[in-house]
Amino acid sequence: MTDIKFATAKPNKIQGSATEWAEQLDGAPKPTAKLPPLPVAKVPQELQTAVEQFLYRQAEILDDKHWDEWLELFTADGHYWMPTNEEQTKADGMPNIFWEDLDLMRVRVKRVNHPRAWSQKPPHKHCHVVSNVVIEKHDAASGDILVRSKFHMAEFRRDNVRHFVGKYRHELKKTKDGYRIKLQRVDLVNAEGPFEYVLLTWL
Amino acid sequence: MDGSITSDIRALVEPDRVHRKCYTDPEIFALEMQNIHENTWIYVGHESQVKNPGDYYTTLVGRQPMVMVRAKDGKVHVLYNRCPHRGALLCPDRHGNTGQTFKCSYHAWRFNLDGSLLKVPVVEQYEGTRFDLSDKQFHMKPAERTESYRGFVFCKLSHGGPDLKTHLSGAIRAFDDMCDRAPEGEVEVVPTCFRMIQKSNWKIFLENQLDAVHPSITHESSGRAAREVEQDIEKRTGKKAPLSYHYISAFTEPFFRWDTLNTMGFPNGHCTLEGYMGLRPRDPDTLEYEAAMEKHYGKKRAEEILGVNLHHVLVYPCLSVQSPLQQLRAVRPISHDRTLTEIWHFRLKGAPEAIYRRSLDYYYLVNAPSTMINADDLDNFWRCHTGLSSEGGDWVSFHRNAGQDPHKDGVYTSVTGMSELPMRHMMKAWTEYMTQGARR
Repeated sequence: MTDIKFATAKPNKIQGSATEWAEQLDGAPKPTAKLPPLPVAKVPQELQTAVEQFLYRQAEILDDKHWDEWLELFTADGHYWMPTNEEQTKADGMPNIFWEDLDLMRVRVKRVNHPRAWSQKPPHKHCHVVSNVVIEKHDAASGDILVRSKFHMAEFRRDNVRHFVGKYRHELKKTKDGYRIKLQRVDLVNAEGPFEYVLLTWL
Repeated sequence: MDGSITSDIRALVEPDRVHRKCYTDPEIFALEMQNIHENTWIYVGHESQVKNPGDYYTTLVGRQPMVMVRAKDGKVHVLYNRCPHRGALLCPDRHGNTGQTFKCSYHAWRFNLDGSLLKVPVVEQYEGTRFDLSDKQFHMKPAERTESYRGFVFCKLSHGGPDLKTHLSGAIRAFDDMCDRAPEGEVEVVPTCFRMIQKSNWKIFLENQLDAVHPSITHESSGRAAREVEQDIEKRTGKKAPLSYHYISAFTEPFFRWDTLNTMGFPNGHCTLEGYMGLRPRDPDTLEYEAAMEKHYGKKRAEEILGVNLHHVLVYPCLSVQSPLQQLRAVRPISHDRTLTEIWHFRLKGAPEAIYRRSLDYYYLVNAPSTMINADDLDNFWRCHTGLSSEGGDWVSFHRNAGQDPHKDGVYTSVTGMSELPMRHMMKAWTEYMTQGARR
């Protein structure tokens, strides 16, 4: 053991506070920016129900793996988008977790259906709950809709359950065959976190 | 290190097969961390991840939490992310800007960006104690050595041994090839890092990177799917499908094509695999890029650079680099059965936007969390690790073309592309690292 000689403590008056000490080095904190309120459109209950039913139907198609119907949900120029973080404002030319047009979606469908898609042995099962449906914008002339909602999806694969939670934002086109998705944005709550295994299909 | 562990290690690695314990034993993992990852040069990050003073990025080097930071004088430091007072992490976030100092949340100790201790509140209470502001034990501990090559920052946590360039030997091509492909001779990181957790030992990932037998088998489903849609697009539009489809459809190449690719092994465990995707189409974007290259380098040098045919460079034990597509995967072992990969891509400075898009497309299709390619690789890694944890057999076979690896001056060349030379080569280096012990 080292023999240490400590000095006898002299009581003296201590100056300052932790805040003073920190602000002396860093300056006063800057005020936080005020966020604009989230838009909400006033729409008739009937329209609200129709949009909700569309979102529920999409989740059902995905859960039941009706891939042909899934592809039909999108407009010819439609995209499915999952950005890498919530602040991202554009998809094109940037890294994304998902950014798929119909052709890329077709590749994914053909792949999961292939007899030797090894990681699909056995196929994964999943189940969505879609809720908190708020219509942001309703274009009275075209009938087009901008709607945000929340989802919770549980996936089961080889004795493991994974949970995915996040926000949807759909740009819906009104067509003669009902709504079609021009853009579906999916903000996963843990988009910036590490992924335990991949996302096999769309959430 | 005592002789018995050394002989135990040697008994686990034979020229053509490796004992499963190398992958599944937690004690071997601890020894690997000490003798390999915390002993040799490990990739930390790219200088462009920390552009401004105070910018930092945290990561793991072996089991050590490290922080890479840009100081006021522009120098990049790699420090242990730990307050020397009571041990608290100083940067709990993955990245950010720490301002002019690192600040401890516990007792407000302040450190300069080079890790030196700046201030302690009510410091007079330390008078007459063994505490001293200038004493290094009260500063953030730096990595033993930090060096950067063409912007790629590595650190070494043990003293002694070769400098970074000597250590990299033939693997230096990864960084030369990537940077030389930029008309301005430099790359810049795209500030998105995808992180994937693999439920398997870290060596299983490295072994897969240069395995030319698996692509057409493991990725058959994605390759076939992409080929079908590629053909559909061409029929529908009468034009060539985007190059990105080729990245995946190329996986359907027959065995003989894979067999023509050379693999090489360099000192310290580094390996290379030749390219197969033929990334020199004659479209207007490529021609514009090649013109920019000729302008900067002259015709002869530009042709030399563009003629480099690499697919993967494996910088042992920490990196898989795909230089022609500016991708990089850093390996961060977490435990014997869990591995984190940090995946980055880069922009070639001075190259047209369309050339960046190729790198971006590959980053998306192969390396994003929605990847249809690594989906099946990661699945294989998990299957291998789970199987190796069983008692159904003790050995992993690396017999393909064993005993046929021509070598000269420590550089090994495969006789055929599908040879298991890279796996044998890496395990040979592994044995050397593991039996030489740590240098600290």
